[in-house]
Amino acid sequence: MLSRRLAGADPFTQMQREMDQLFTGFFGAAPRNGAGAYPALNVWEDAERFYVEAELPGMKLEDIEVFVQQNELTLKGERKHALAEGTTEHRRERGAGAFHRTLALPAEVEAAQAEATLKDGVLTIALPKLAAVKPRRIDVRVVE
Amino acid sequence: MNATATPPAACQRAQQPVREALRYTPRVDLVETPAELILTADLPGVRADGLQVDFHDGVLSLYGKAPARQAEETRFLLHEYGVGDFRREFRVGEQVDATKIRGELKDGVLTLRLPKAEAARPRRIPVQAS
Repeated sequence: MLSRRLAGADPFTQMQREMDQLFTGFFGAAPRNGAGAYPALNVWEDAERFYVEAELPGMKLEDIEVFVQQNELTLKGERKHALAEGTTEHRRERGAGAFHRTLALPAEVEAAQAEATLKDGVLTIALPKLAAVKPRRIDVRVVE
Repeated sequence: MNATATPPAACQRAQQPVREALRYTPRVDLVETPAELILTADLPGVRADGLQVDFHDGVLSLYGKAPARQAEETRFLLHEYGVGDFRREFRVGEQVDATKIRGELKDGVLTLRLPKAEAARPRRIPVQAS
């Protein structure tokens, strides 16, 4: 096992640039930190579906389990951290480990019709709404 | 009084277009072997044609374009992260053979191998007993 003590000085130093400070400070971009539950989620909807998106770089679809029950969505998986033999670790910012997150959607969904896609490290789950909760278009006739 | 004084930086910034792409700092791992440095960066949503890696004067720059994935007017029910381009720069202290830097982008993860220059590699000195 390599210990951190033996690792020596980090050969990379991050450049502190004023421009970077400006971008992150002035426009209020929150740092991409791990505060809060993992993975972070974005959720939106259209008339037909709810969409849940998570950034899971390096993961394969088979490493992720998605469960849907009524209006509850559960994401489970493990991001592995492989350190090859004979290497010295200088920096480790990328998170690793098992995760488990459950999210309550605003309405029930058709669990059997849910679809998950993973592309370029971005997981998107489309969850069709139950017919009963979809907004209905009412045709209005003008009565003469 | 100097009449041509430039306005304070804050004012200059305010005059620029309000809509600027957000930029994010990618998370990286860095390991070293006797022969090379290996940098791994999380760049979710970045495709190979949107990635730019430069090495110049000992400075390694990463830039990954992460296009918006939702329409601008999308109203989120839950919004825990933003999507924007990734940028980060490092000064590389180790002597690196710039011509042999190789990168691979897969599933939103960039793996960059920076071979050390011959002079920087540890050398085994054979010692003979007399």
